[in-house]
Amino acid sequence: MSSNTALQGGGPVTRRNPVSRLWNDKQTRSVIVQIIATVLIFAFFFYMVQNAIANLERLGKDFDFAFLSAPASYDINQHLIEYDSRSSHARAMTVGIINTLLIAVSGIFLATILGFVLGVLRLSKNWLTNKLAHVYIEYVRNVPLLLHILLVHGLLVHSLPKPKQASSVGDVAFLTNRGFFMPKPDPEPLFWIVGVLFVIGLIFTFLFRRYARKVQDATGKIYPVFRIGVIAVVVIPSVAFILLGMPVNWEIPELKGFNYRGGMVIRPEFIALWLALSFYTAAFIGEIVRAGITAVSHGQTEASLALGLPRKRTLNLVVIPQALRVIVPPLASQYLNLTKNSSLAIAIGYMDITATIGGISLNQTGREMECMLIVMALYLTFSLLISTFMNWYNSRIKLVER
Amino acid sequence: MNEEATQERVTHTLGDIAIKIREMHKWYGQFHVLKDINLDVQNGERIVVCGPSGSGKSTMIRCINRLEEHQRGDIIVDGVELTNDLKNIEAVRREVGMVFQHFNLFPHLTVMENCTLAPIWVRKMPKAEAEETAMKYLERVKIPEQAHKYPGQLSGGQQQRVAIARSLCMNPKIMLFDEPTSALDPEMIKEVLDVMIELAREGMTMICVTHEMGFAKTVANRVIFMDEGQIIEQNEPEEFFNNPQNERTQLFLSQILQH
Ligand SMILES: Nc1ncnc2c1ncn2[C@@H]1O[C@H](COP(=O)(O)OP(=O)(O)OP(=O)(O)O)[C@@H](O)[C@H]1O
Ligand SMILES: [Mg+2]
Repeated sequence: MSSNTALQGGGPVTRRNPVSRLWNDKQTRSVIVQIIATVLIFAFFFYMVQNAIANLERLGKDFDFAFLSAPASYDINQHLIEYDSRSSHARAMTVGIINTLLIAVSGIFLATILGFVLGVLRLSKNWLTNKLAHVYIEYVRNVPLLLHILLVHGLLVHSLPKPKQASSVGDVAFLTNRGFFMPKPDPEPLFWIVGVLFVIGLIFTFLFRRYARKVQDATGKIYPVFRIGVIAVVVIPSVAFILLGMPVNWEIPELKGFNYRGGMVIRPEFIALWLALSFYTAAFIGEIVRAGITAVSHGQTEASLALGLPRKRTLNLVVIPQALRVIVPPLASQYLNLTKNSSLAIAIGYMDITATIGGISLNQTGREMECMLIVMALYLTFSLLISTFMNWYNSRIKLVER
Repeated sequence: MNEEATQERVTHTLGDIAIKIREMHKWYGQFHVLKDINLDVQNGERIVVCGPSGSGKSTMIRCINRLEEHQRGDIIVDGVELTNDLKNIEAVRREVGMVFQHFNLFPHLTVMENCTLAPIWVRKMPKAEAEETAMKYLERVKIPEQAHKYPGQLSGGQQQRVAIARSLCMNPKIMLFDEPTSALDPEMIKEVLDVMIELAREGMTMICVTHEMGFAKTVANRVIFMDEGQIIEQNEPEEFFNNPQNERTQLFLSQILQH
C-alpha cells in the first residue's frame, strides 16, 4: 500500500533521449560493444600485417611460401618418415610436426598418470609418502622447466656409458649416451591372428559395456565389465600369441664400429625432453588432482557409505564423477602448456616444429615472417584441437547447479 | 511447535530388539567422546536424543552405522555385530538409513538418480523397478514433480525430503536422523517434520537427534539426554519434560524451552 502511494506521488518522469535509452539497454549494449571490439581487432591485425609486408618489401623481401619446396639441406636425427638432407623444407616441417606430436602425446600420457599418482599420494594418510610427494611437487614446480630439461639431458648424456661400454639389459637392449637401443619386432605372417584378436577384443569390450548396462537396467544383474574387458583385450591375444609359438622375429641391435646398428633407438634428446616435460607437468597435475578430490566434501562419501555402497563403488559413482568436474578444466590448460612448452626442445636439439621450420629452415632461407606464421598457426591448431576435445569432455560431465 | 496437524500421539506396539549397545566407549585420540553407552532399541521404537552441543549425540548415532568406529564395548544392529568385518558393516548399512543435517545429496545426479543409485548398485534392482520405488517414496515425501531436477535446483526443505526418500528407497529397518531440521529455515522445518511423523506412524524404528521438542512429544517413545559423552537420563517424553530428574537435564530443558 505505502509503496504504491509513494510511486504515484513521485516527481515528474525524466525523459531520456533515445540514444541514451539504447545504450542503457543491457542486450543492445552488449551487441554494440561486441561489434566495436571485433572491428577494432580486425583493423589492428590488418594494419600490422600490411605494415610488416610493406617493411619487408622495403628490405627487398617478398611474402612468398615457395621456399617450402626447395631442398632443406640439413639433417634431422629423429625422423619417423623418410627424410634426408635433399628433402624439401615442407618435408622437414612435417618431420618436425610428427616429432612435436610424438612428444606432446607421450608427454600428456605420462604426465597424466604420474600426476594422478602424485595427487593421490599427496592425500594419503601415510606421513612419509605424503611428505615425499609434497617435496617433489614443491621442488619441481619452483625450478624453471628449461633447467629440468638441461639437467635430465646432461645426466643422460654424461652419466650413461659410451656405446662400447653399454650397459645391456639381457644382451638385447642397450643403454648408451647415444640413446636407448631396443630389439625391433618384425612380425611373422601368423602374427596377424594376434592383431585381429586384439581388435576383436576392443570391439567386443565396447559392445559388451553397452550390453551390460542394458542387462543391468532390465534385470539388475551387474557384470564385472572391467575384468571381462581385460580378458578380451589382453589375456586372450597374449595366450594366442604364446600358442602360435610367438610369431615375431626380433631384430637385435649390434655394436658396429662406434655405435649400435639395427633394432629401434630412442634418442637421449627425446628421453630427456619427455621425462622433463612429464615430470614437470605432473607436479601441477598432482596439485590439480588433489584439489579436485578434496573439493568433494566428506559428506558425499559418508552419504554413499551410509546407503550401503561399498568403498570402491562410492569412489567410482560418487567421488570421481564430482572430482573430475573440478579437475578437467585446469587439466586441459596443463595439456596446452605441455604442448607449447615442448618448443623448449630446441635447447637440447630435439627436432620439433620450432627447431625445424621455426629454426634451421628460417635461418637458412631468411623467411622470418613466413616461418613464424607457420609455426604459430601449427601451435594454434594443436592447442585448439586439445581445447575442443577437453571442452567436449567437460560439457559431458558438467555439474548442473541452480 | 507444529502442533495443529500432529496433536494426537503416535502409538505403536513394539517388537524385538533392533539395536543393542553395551558398555561402548569411543575416543578421538586422547579425547574420551563416548563413555559407557548402554542402549537397547526395540523394533518400532522411536527415540529422540538431545543434549548440549559437543555432548556426543552425532558421534553416538554415527557409531550405529559405523561412520565412526567405537573402541570398546559391543554394538549389535539387527543381529549383526559391528566389527572390522567389511561385509558385516555393509550388511548393517544396507538396513540402516541415515539422514544428515546438511542433506548430502549427490549434486551430479538428479533427484531420481539419487534415489535409485543404491537400490540399483547395492540391491541389484532393475532400473524400472528402482524408479517405481523411488517415485513411490518421492510421492510420500510430496515432491514427485521434482524427480528430474538436480538437488541444486531445490529448496532446503525439498532437499531434505529427497534425502529421506533416498534412504527409504533402500527399504531400511532403522532410520537415523542427525539434526535433520537444524540447517533449515523455520518455514521449511514443518514440511520435513511432517514427513518424519508420517514415517513414525507407519512403525519405522527411528533414532533422531533433534532439538524439536514438539516432535519429541508427538512421536518419541523415549527421550534420551546426553551430556559430556554419557547418557544422563532417559524417560518417556511426558515424564522427561515434566519431571526431569537430573539437574543437568533440568538446566538444558530450561534453556531450550525458554524461547
Ligand atoms: N573427528 C573428530 N576428531 C576429534 N574430535 C571430534 C571429532 N568429531 C567430533 N569431535 C568432538 O567430539 C565431541 C562430540 O561431537 P559430536 O559431533 O558428537 O557432538 P554433538 O553432540 O553432535 O554436538 P552438536 O549438537 O553440536 O552437533 C565434540 O567435543 C567434538 O569436538
Ligand atoms: Mg551433531
